[in-house]
Parts: sequence; C-alpha cells; structure tokens
Amino acid sequence: MKSHILRPLWVVLALIGITLIARAIIVPPDFGIHEKGYTYGWYRKGNEEDWKAVKIKYQTREYCKDCHAVQYKRVVSSRHAKVQCENCHSPAIDHPEKPEKLNIDRSRELCLRCHAYMPYRPVKYAELRTGTITLKMQDPDTHNPDMECMSCHSAHDASFK
Amino acid sequence: MNFDRREFLKAGFKTILATGFSLGAFEILRPEVLAALKKEEGIRWTFLVDTTKCIGCGMCVRACKLENEIPYEVNVSRTWVERYVMTKDGRIYADSPNAARDGFIKNDPMGTMVKKEDIDKAFFVPKLCNQCENPPCVQVCPVGATYQTPDGIVLIDRKWCIGCGYCIMACPYGVRFFHPVYKVAEKCNFCYHRINKGMKPACVDACAFGARMIGNIRDLGDPVARIIKTERTAVLKEEYGTKPHVFYIGLDSIVR
Ligand code: HEC
Ligand code: HEC
Ligand code: HEC
Ligand code: HEC
Repeated sequence: MKSHILRPLWVVLALIGITLIARAIIVPPDFGIHEKGYTYGWYRKGNEEDWKAVKIKYQTREYCKDCHAVQYKRVVSSRHAKVQCENCHSPAIDHPEKPEKLNIDRSRELCLRCHAYMPYRPVKYAELRTGTITLKMQDPDTHNPDMECMSCHSAHDASFK
Repeated sequence: MNFDRREFLKAGFKTILATGFSLGAFEILRPEVLAALKKEEGIRWTFLVDTTKCIGCGMCVRACKLENEIPYEVNVSRTWVERYVMTKDGRIYADSPNAARDGFIKNDPMGTMVKKEDIDKAFFVPKLCNQCENPPCVQVCPVGATYQTPDGIVLIDRKWCIGCGYCIMACPYGVRFFHPVYKVAEKCNFCYHRINKGMKPACVDACAFGARMIGNIRDLGDPVARIIKTERTAVLKEEYGTKPHVFYIGLDSIVR
C-alpha cells in the first residue's frame, strides 16, 4: 500500500497513544467510581479529605471558658445563655495569638438584629432552661435613639447597668 | 370462556385491591423515610429547620460567610434567610437583602413599610443546600467535579471544577453560585469540616433560637430523625423528585 494512506493512520494511532499516556499521568489514581455509583459518585476521592481539612473559625463558647471565666459565667447564667460569644465578638480563630484581642461590637445594629420590633417576629422564646418567656423587642426609632445600648444595658448579663 | 357475573366481580375486586395497595405504598412511605427504615450503615446527614422559631437575626448567615470564607462584601452566600409578608389585599412581599447577612432590623419588606394591620401572615425562612438524594446538579457536571459522598453530602472539587456553571443552572433551589475568588462553583456543604470533627455547622451553633438542627436520619435515637418521622415536616419543591434532606417545620405554600 502507498505510504500516503498509511501515514495519517500512524499519526492518528500516535495521537491516541499520547492521549492515553497523558490521561494516565494527569488523572489521579483515586479518580473513579465510588460508593454512590456512576451517576453521583464519579469523582476524586482525595477531595473529601481536602474539605475535611478546612480550618475551623468559630470555636464555640466552651473554648472561651478557661480564659474568660468571668464573662463566661455571666453570659451562661443570663438570658443571653443561648447567644454565642462569637456572634458578638467575631470568630475566635487563632485568638489570643493572632488577633490578640477580639473585636468588641458596640453598635446598636448588633443588638437590634434580635431586639428590633417587628410585628411578625415570634414572641415565644423557649430556649432557656427556665421555661418559655416572651422575646423583648424595642422599636429602634423610639427606644432611646442615637445612644449606644451599652450605656444603659449590659450585653453579658442581658440586663441594666 | 365461561365468565359469570360472580367471577367477574371477584376478579374486579382483587384487581382494585392489588393496585390500591401498591400505589398506597408510594403515597404513604416517603422515600427518605424508607431509606432510613432499610437500616443502611453509616451516617446520612439531614437538616431540620423550624421556621416557627426563626426571628430573622441573620447570625447564621454571618457565621456561615466568615466560617467558609465567602467574601463578606459580595452579595453571594451559602445560606440565606428569606422574609415573606402576605398582606390582606393578597400581595406577597418576599425579600432577603444581602442574603440577610445583617439581619432584618426594620419592618420594610422590599423597601415598603407595611402596616401591622395590613398583614395577614408573615414569617422568616432560612434556606441552604438540600443535599438531595438525587442531586440534579451532580448529574449535569461534565467533568466529575461535584459528587455525593457516602454520608449524603454533595461536595465540589475546587481543583477539578472548570467553572462551566451547568450545576448553578441545574439546581432547582438556587443554592449554587460562582465563588468570586476561586472561580469555581460553590455551595453549602453542612460545614463538612465541622460535622466530621463532631461539631455542628457554624449556622447551627450561631442560632440562639434553636431554629436550625442537624442530625443523622438513619439513627433511630437521633432527635432530628425522630421529629422528621413523627411530626409534621415538609420539604421544598418535592415535585422535582430530588428527595431533599432539609426538612422544614411550619412551611407555607407561599414559600418558593
Ligand atoms: C488562651 C486564652 C484565651 C482564650 C481561649 C480566649 N481568649 Fe479572649 N483574650 C485572651 C487574652 C490574653 C486577651 C487580651 C486581654 C487584654 O489585653 O486585656 C483576650 C482578649 C479578648 C477580648 C478583648 C477584650 C478587650 O478588653 O478588648 C475579647 C472580646 C475576647 N478576648 C473574647 C474571647 C472570646 C469570645 C473567646 C472564645 C471564643 C476567647 N476570647 C477565647 C485570652 C483568651
Ligand atoms: C450580646 C452580645 C455579646 C455576647 C453574647 C458576649 N459579649 Fe462579650 N462583650 C459584648 C460587648 C458589647 C462588650 C463591651 C462591654 C461594654 O462596653 O460594656 C463585651 C466585652 C467583652 C470583653 C471585654 C471585657 C469586658 O468584660 O468588658 C470580653 C473579654 C468579652 N466580652 C468576652 C465574652 C465572652 C467570653 C462571651 C461568651 C461567654 C461574650 N463576651 C459574650 C457583647 C457580647
Ligand atoms: C442573637 C440574638 C441576640 C442578640 C444579638 C442580642 N440579644 Fe439580647 N436577648 C436575646 C434573647 C434570645 C433574650 C432572651 C429573651 C428575652 O428576654 O427577650 C435576650 C434578652 C435580653 C435582655 C433581657 C430582657 C429581659 O427579659 O429582661 C436584654 C436587656 C438584652 N437582651 C439586651 C441586649 C443588648 C443590649 C444586646 C446588644 C449587645 C443584645 N441584647 C443582643 C437575643 C439577643
Ligand atoms: C437611655 C438608656 C437606654 C438605652 C440607650 C437603651 N435602653 Fe433598653 N431599656 C432602657 C430602660 C429604662 C428599659 C426598661 C423600660 C422599658 O421597657 O422601656 C429598657 C428596656 C429594654 C428591653 C426590655 C427589657 C425588659 O426587661 O423588659 C430591651 C430588650 C432593651 N431595652 C434593649 C435595648 C437595646 C437593644 C438598645 C439599643 C438599641 C437599648 N435597649 C438602648 C434603657 C435604655
């Protein structure tokens, strides 16, 4: 047979070969069909570990317990017992090394997130161990506007100063 | 053939009974409950949202964005809280300004002041990824970058995703978006890094009102599984057949 017919064939075969080799090198060995079958489980298994390794930023309240025992005790025994410290102080990742101090948010907007009056906010609050109480809401336009809530209230005790 | 009236009626009754029973099985036992009854091994993560407790403070959204490094100033979020206000003249206001990152602190649905007397009903609905048993977003991925783990969470491989956006279009719940920094598809994964270390998702921890719960539907002793099986719960857009695993208490038909 004439080589001008065979030559393209060699080129095609070589291309297929190169693609297969490249595929073997590029596609990681753990890429394939896993527990959930071909439809939902065709993936790189190692990625599960990548996601598990994401750094935790919100440490939850128990983390603060030893170093800030005073604040911890006050909050836990107050009506803010279910309000996490980090909601008001931002996530404690790597605190107290970096940052040395957590943010203290004194804005009215912070407190109003939960305490601004809206006619359709559920008024029953049953999360405390002491039983169901009503959620106290204030109209931000009439409840001492332009003043910090903290000038009269204490955030940790959920009470008056 | 000799087929008298008596025989005919008997056969007819049997047929009706047989079809009735087999159809009934589809109706009464929801697939996700069936899955739990099958006593499969391991965990199947399931979320429960009590909308009757949500006050719309948005602490969950804030916690989620900071925990999962979603650019804070960009209007994208893995979870968000919607406000629905239905007025007496039948109008429905639904909004979620900035995904409710800063909470709802004014009675101004969609920028309009609605008087208390005009409101028929109103409530808040937190939304997040439903971790469907039949995730349409996974089916459309052309490169195998999004998948379902054995414990039921749908994850995205950031190294593998080519950013084509098919999955963003495929999700009936609109939970997927484009990550502005990594330039790949992004969505809620129940804080996979936290639940695998025995912690709760950041949004669950941040909620002071007990509106968000997480559990394992295959564990019969799990409080979340018990509520889903014994109390009145609903899922979003059941008709799509995606079998969502985020259940809602107090869901209303005006919620989309
Ligand atoms: C290992 C001990 C340690 C832990 C754990 C810790 N802190 Fe701190 N924190 C410190 C130290 C030390 C300071 C600096 C105190 C100072 O300079 O007055 C500080 C400062 C702060 C401040 C600023 C106080 C101020 O006067 O400006 C806040 C707010 C705070 N921490 C909140 C928290 C919260 C919330 C947690 C838990 C999520 C936490 N901390 C966990 C040690 C700790
Ligand atoms: C409702 C919001 C809120 C919560 C919840 C909260 N804090 Fe604070 N925290 C504040 C505010 C506001 C201040 C500033 C106090 C002031 O100016 O009177 C503050 C101050 C502090 C300080 C500085 C020292 C002091 O007492 O003034 C520390 C430390 C601190 N908080 C730790 C904690 C810890 C630990 C928790 C959880 C156990 C916690 N906070 C929960 C709002 C909060
Ligand atoms: C995450 C939601 C949340 C935030 C933010 C929050 N609170 Fe509260 N607060 C509550 C809940 C829940 C209660 C308990 C129900 C009640 O008593 O209203 C409460 C109770 C209170 C009470 C006691 C009311 C009573 O019954 O005596 C005061 C006062 C109060 N908060 C002030 C504040 C101030 C000031 C801030 C801002 C630093 C603040 N709260 C921020 C959720 C919140
Ligand atoms: C000038 C001082 C002052 C400021 C500023 C202030 N309050 Fe008050 N607050 C009071 C007084 C006095 C009461 C009790 C009388 C009342 O209900 O009006 C009260 C009551 C409350 C209550 C109900 C507590 C109860 O036991 O019934 C809440 C909740 C509350 N305030 C939250 C806030 C929030 C949130 C802010 C900031 C946006 C704020 N307050 C700012 C003085 C203040």
